[in-house]
Amino acid sequence: MKRADMRIMQHRVILRVISKFLIPFILLFGLYVQWHGDFGPGGGFQAGVIFAAAFILYALIFGVDKTRQAVPAWITRGGLAVGVLIYAGVGVATLFLGENFLDYNALAHDPIHGQHLGILLVELGVGVTVCCAMITIFIAFTGRGRK
Amino acid sequence: MITDHLVVLQIIIPLMAAPLCVFIRNANVTWALATVISWICLAISITLMQQVMATGEIIYELGGWAAPWGIEYRVDMLNAWVLVIVTSIGAVVTPYAKLSAEKEIDNDRLYIFYAMLLLCETGLLGITVTGDAFNLFVFLEISALSTYVLISMGKDRRGLTAAYRYLIMGTLGATFYIVGVGLLYMQTGSLNIADLGNLIPDIADNRTVQAALAFMTVGLCVKLALFPLHMWLPNAYAFAPSVVTVFLAATATKVAVYALVRVIFTIFGGVDILEAVQISDVLIAMAIVAMFAGSAVAIYQTNIKRMLAYSSLAQIGYMILGLSMNSVLGVSAGLVHLFNHAMIKGGLFMVMGCVVYRIGSAKLDDMAGLGKQMPVTMGAFVLGGLSLIGVPLTVGFVSKWALLQAALEKGWWPIAVLIVISSLMAVIYIWRVIEVVYFQAAPAGRAAVKEAPLMMMIPMLTLIGAAYYFGIDGTTTMDIAGRAAEALIGGLK
Repeated sequence: MKRADMRIMQHRVILRVISKFLIPFILLFGLYVQWHGDFGPGGGFQAGVIFAAAFILYALIFGVDKTRQAVPAWITRGGLAVGVLIYAGVGVATLFLGENFLDYNALAHDPIHGQHLGILLVELGVGVTVCCAMITIFIAFTGRGRK
Repeated sequence: MITDHLVVLQIIIPLMAAPLCVFIRNANVTWALATVISWICLAISITLMQQVMATGEIIYELGGWAAPWGIEYRVDMLNAWVLVIVTSIGAVVTPYAKLSAEKEIDNDRLYIFYAMLLLCETGLLGITVTGDAFNLFVFLEISALSTYVLISMGKDRRGLTAAYRYLIMGTLGATFYIVGVGLLYMQTGSLNIADLGNLIPDIADNRTVQAALAFMTVGLCVKLALFPLHMWLPNAYAFAPSVVTVFLAATATKVAVYALVRVIFTIFGGVDILEAVQISDVLIAMAIVAMFAGSAVAIYQTNIKRMLAYSSLAQIGYMILGLSMNSVLGVSAGLVHLFNHAMIKGGLFMVMGCVVYRIGSAKLDDMAGLGKQMPVTMGAFVLGGLSLIGVPLTVGFVSKWALLQAALEKGWWPIAVLIVISSLMAVIYIWRVIEVVYFQAAPAGRAAVKEAPLMMMIPMLTLIGAAYYFGIDGTTTMDIAGRAAEALIGGLK
């Protein structure tokens, strides 16, 4: 089964070469959408999906097993949890700084810098969790029946 | 001061504990964490209740953004009451969960179970605490998604189809709700529940607003499993792991009822919507059909978890009946039944959890002769059953008495009679169990059955005991429910 898959894919030279060529750019675009989110359209949700799309493309062309080598289960599982913790952690940090939950003004001396920093961190948390969730869901469906 | 932030801590403590469980991955440590967290949540909700009683409504602005632009959490008597219900059930369920979950869930996935249990509690508390209609939807989804996972975690593979069916129905319900919120936002430009309550009276004749009410009511009725929209509930409760059933039966539908109360009496509170568009007739009709259909179907069940699930449908009928009476007495009867039914059904499902733990089955035939072998557990079932029927000195009596009074106050004699008749139907299905358990001999082939372990027995007896404590002294609970109802109905005038 696995070997047959690979044999088919070995003939798809164009697919393999083009996807290898595209994947870095997809990742880069994902990062752009992530970090540009507080100035323009974008943010953690979109960036997480785009970033995960690169891994999903890799899985489509090179198979689930190789993708799992690139992102082992512990990374996606950990990422799912870390993202939530980053988001809630920012909120708790503002609590400790004496403001309301998620009041970013408390994060820096200048409230505007605080707002920037806060939204950046929160979006990072969102991005990490969304990306890991997309990869986990894709692999859970395509990896069915394998062990 | 930390006391200023209790409202938000109520949500973020269980929310942050859930991902921590994923890192810890050790079943015992995650269980201990979940137990500690659930007790902290209970302490917070009781403190909030005291604060509300002492100083009135608590308002908390998330991120320092003022409402109606920002999201605010708003706790009044009603929220505080529901918070106490959810957290106290959570605090009793987690100690109980350890042994039961070890038996019924794959042991290498136990940490996910506790993470999901905490997330589910987060979602339910979030629905209760939030003052924002859209934020309510978000928490509705958090609780629903974690519930789907919880239901499917058992070793019984029928749980998978039950979870899938609930996923379809629950998603439909939530979608209906959010369509309603969208329509309201279109007309008012606000998502804040209190703000909506002020804006809607001026535009209550608007077709879009009325469509919004219809969407929200139907959506939430799916979530709370009112009669014709209940199809997801019996299998979900019957085939979920026992602990999950205990937690869901005692909390999930109650919180959905709370959300419906918020929609009807706060968002549409300014226009007395039950009278204005006459949905109270529809709700009353569905509630009465639920009372009878639920009880009648319960009588014919062979799986006792399924039987109790159908009985829950009937009990939801009582709650909705009370609410749709649109009077202080009626609403307070409905609200007090939220608490009372949570304790009764939580206790009864815990009994079934103990039975499943010992004999591995919830079928009535397999339970023959258990009365002698598990005297305490089965005694608890009898006591819980009496409370479900509504015998005096039990919480069931307190809420049914309140409901009868409310019906008589309106002069609705036929409905009062129907309440009594449907209560008597509970005698039949409880008696069926008692007969098999006490008067039939144990099947010859079965090995000796021991009494349930102490760690499961104590939470079970706590809930059943509470069902009697608050039945004998019903003034505290009736007082709180009455004050919450007055605040809600007061919004009408």
